[in-house]
Amino acid sequence: MSILTKEKLKKTVTSPSRIAIIVAVVLIVASIVRRITGADDITSAGATGATLRFTIPLLMAGLGGLWAERSGVINIGLEGMMIAGTWLGAWFGFLHGPLVGFICAAIGGALIGLFHGFLVVKIGIDQAVSGLAINLLALGTARYLSSIYFAPNGGDISLSPQVKQPGVFSVPILSSFLADLNAKNIIVISDAAGILGGFVTEVSYATVLLFLLVPISTWLLWRTRFGLRLRFCGENPVAAESLGVKVFRTRYIALAISGMFASLGGAYLCMVSASVYREGQTAGRGFIGLATVIFGNWRPTGVLAGSFLFGFTDALRVRQSTSVHAILLVIVILGLLFAMWKLFQRNYKVFGISALSSLIVGVIFLKVPKIPDEFVTFFPNLATILVLVLLAQKLRPPAMLAVPYREREEGH
Amino acid sequence: MKLSKVFWGIVAPLAAIATSLLLVSGILLLKGNPPYETLKTMIDYGFTPRNIVAELNIASSYYIAGVAAAIGFKMLLFNIGIDGQYRMAVFFAAVVGGAVTLPPILHVTLIIIVGAVVGGLWGSIAGYLKVKRGISEVISNIMLNVIAGGLVAFLLQPGRLGEQADGSNNLNTPILATSGWMPTIKFLDGEIHSFLIVSVFIGIGYWVLLNKSVFGFNLRSTGMSFRAARAGGVNAPRMIFVTMALSGAIAGLTGMGTLLSETHSYSISFPSGYALTGLALALLGRNHPVGIAFAAFFWAFLDRSAGVLDLNGVPREIITIMQGTIVLSIVVAYELIKRINQKQEQRLVGNAGIEQISVPKAESEKNA
Repeated sequence: MSILTKEKLKKTVTSPSRIAIIVAVVLIVASIVRRITGADDITSAGATGATLRFTIPLLMAGLGGLWAERSGVINIGLEGMMIAGTWLGAWFGFLHGPLVGFICAAIGGALIGLFHGFLVVKIGIDQAVSGLAINLLALGTARYLSSIYFAPNGGDISLSPQVKQPGVFSVPILSSFLADLNAKNIIVISDAAGILGGFVTEVSYATVLLFLLVPISTWLLWRTRFGLRLRFCGENPVAAESLGVKVFRTRYIALAISGMFASLGGAYLCMVSASVYREGQTAGRGFIGLATVIFGNWRPTGVLAGSFLFGFTDALRVRQSTSVHAILLVIVILGLLFAMWKLFQRNYKVFGISALSSLIVGVIFLKVPKIPDEFVTFFPNLATILVLVLLAQKLRPPAMLAVPYREREEGH
Repeated sequence: MKLSKVFWGIVAPLAAIATSLLLVSGILLLKGNPPYETLKTMIDYGFTPRNIVAELNIASSYYIAGVAAAIGFKMLLFNIGIDGQYRMAVFFAAVVGGAVTLPPILHVTLIIIVGAVVGGLWGSIAGYLKVKRGISEVISNIMLNVIAGGLVAFLLQPGRLGEQADGSNNLNTPILATSGWMPTIKFLDGEIHSFLIVSVFIGIGYWVLLNKSVFGFNLRSTGMSFRAARAGGVNAPRMIFVTMALSGAIAGLTGMGTLLSETHSYSISFPSGYALTGLALALLGRNHPVGIAFAAFFWAFLDRSAGVLDLNGVPREIITIMQGTIVLSIVVAYELIKRINQKQEQRLVGNAGIEQISVPKAESEKNA
């Protein structure tokens, strides 16, 4: 017992400091690279702001996937639920303002989640089939409804009328202080100010509220009785049921939350990232959300990290494509540092792999003047495949994920 | 037993179609369109000679995608990667075919083989990940689809493997030399791709492979019970890998009819979404080669006849809704049938058990 608490103590002491060191190293490297390449955008407040706007939809889809998968159900319908969210958000946002838009999207998403739950939990059909059918239905329904509702209101079959965005705020003194600091162009400090500035300048209220769902999810899933039961259903539904956990009901709730989150992400996409619903706006973000769950090893913080990474690349691609090229140099330097650290630890195998891959990226950096957009587009997918290939042993998905489960029927 | 299976196999799809028709009629009524007349115009339009030919051509592609999905299903593999496999395959087949000139039959054969090989290779990535790393083929295939799309879009840029015709936005690969074209057959009011014949052979091959070969036996047995097959000496992981590659190879032939008889080059306007269609058709046709054929034609018919809806003031997306509903209702129907059958069997087994136990008991009483 005492050993356990000691280890736990040690972990909690070291991990924040380790994160701090990593953050510092990344910051220094990014700052140096910015000077070398002249890609000013990689540490600007604008880039951080854009990253946030691209991260939140992925994060919401990822959290949605996490809730479903932790309860043992895979939710391939995330994309469809996001589409529903964009449509509902745009239409009700157009009619009654952003708040109503978000609420309606949440309700609609939860209902679709329950529908998915009915199909896979109650009836017991294949989870992938149900998810894909939901995607197909959402796509068709959104277009159908657009032709009925958007077309007479100044939009058309693939475009909604303009939607009012939710309000934004800047933290009064801090925001201008950081902007000043950023303008002074001091190495590292200005870069840090730039990045931090993006978090406090013209942030949408919606961003803050949705961001809070990360700690809330962590707390609910890992610190409450309900969360324990929910994860229990994902690990071993038979045992859970024998201890009196209502597996079906828990999974229904998990899927309702899953759908709600994904749909909120969709609503955010059309009301904050843009101010209009456009067909194909989700652009596979539901699937990237699914990827962040794997990337984040089925943990909310991991999902957050994955969404940030993917959101960041997305934002850079849209803002300034030279930045993506500069990021390669950041990767090279970080990779070499990591390799040296492993050499210091005498872990020669990891040293070899990371040194070699950094060198390859370095050659690409020197030889290829611009990273093609197509590669940036599928970067999240490629990264996920690589994570799956390289780290499959370290990943720990819920044990009974996507395994059909039948509740013992009463009276038999 | 066998008869009831056939019966349900026909009734369930029809019930699913009826359900979706009801739903669609409801939606039409809500918007104030007369359902009966709308559907009638659709059917009339879909069965005009011109459209029948077009539907046969589309159905031929759909059918191959359906067979690819069905092979996976037999092994309990959910090959949602058909999209990526098809795209990589048809692209590289077009590139290789466009780069060489060979005697006619040889040229076509080369293109088809390149397609199958590339599709198979792309499919085997997911197979490898599943077998060696235990990664669900659903996830890896979804990721691989996006990667395939991105790679092809990248390679299709002018100066790489693609070119852009003057004054056009459409990017495409070099046009195939005429020796690499497959003829079309005059039929009714249009021209049928002769690749349709190949897809019929694929269907026959699928049936023979599954029912008349050792491989097919192993495949079906592994699909039914991984452990039992393993105990029976089947190398189950290898079977999974091979099946995934085979499914990919067939998926790689999906776009060949269009490539060889119609466009003669790959362009970005090649359709996508074959994965969903293929899976839906395999489900609707219950993995049976003939069932999938009917389903493929039905699907092509829906796609094609949707064109008339817009003219009548009905958004054509209603067809997408209908297809989605059909997929869901068919799967639900099969699941419910399975459940009912299971219960019946359990009852039979239960009764048999009671008899067996009670008989010796009666005898022992007699003896006493």
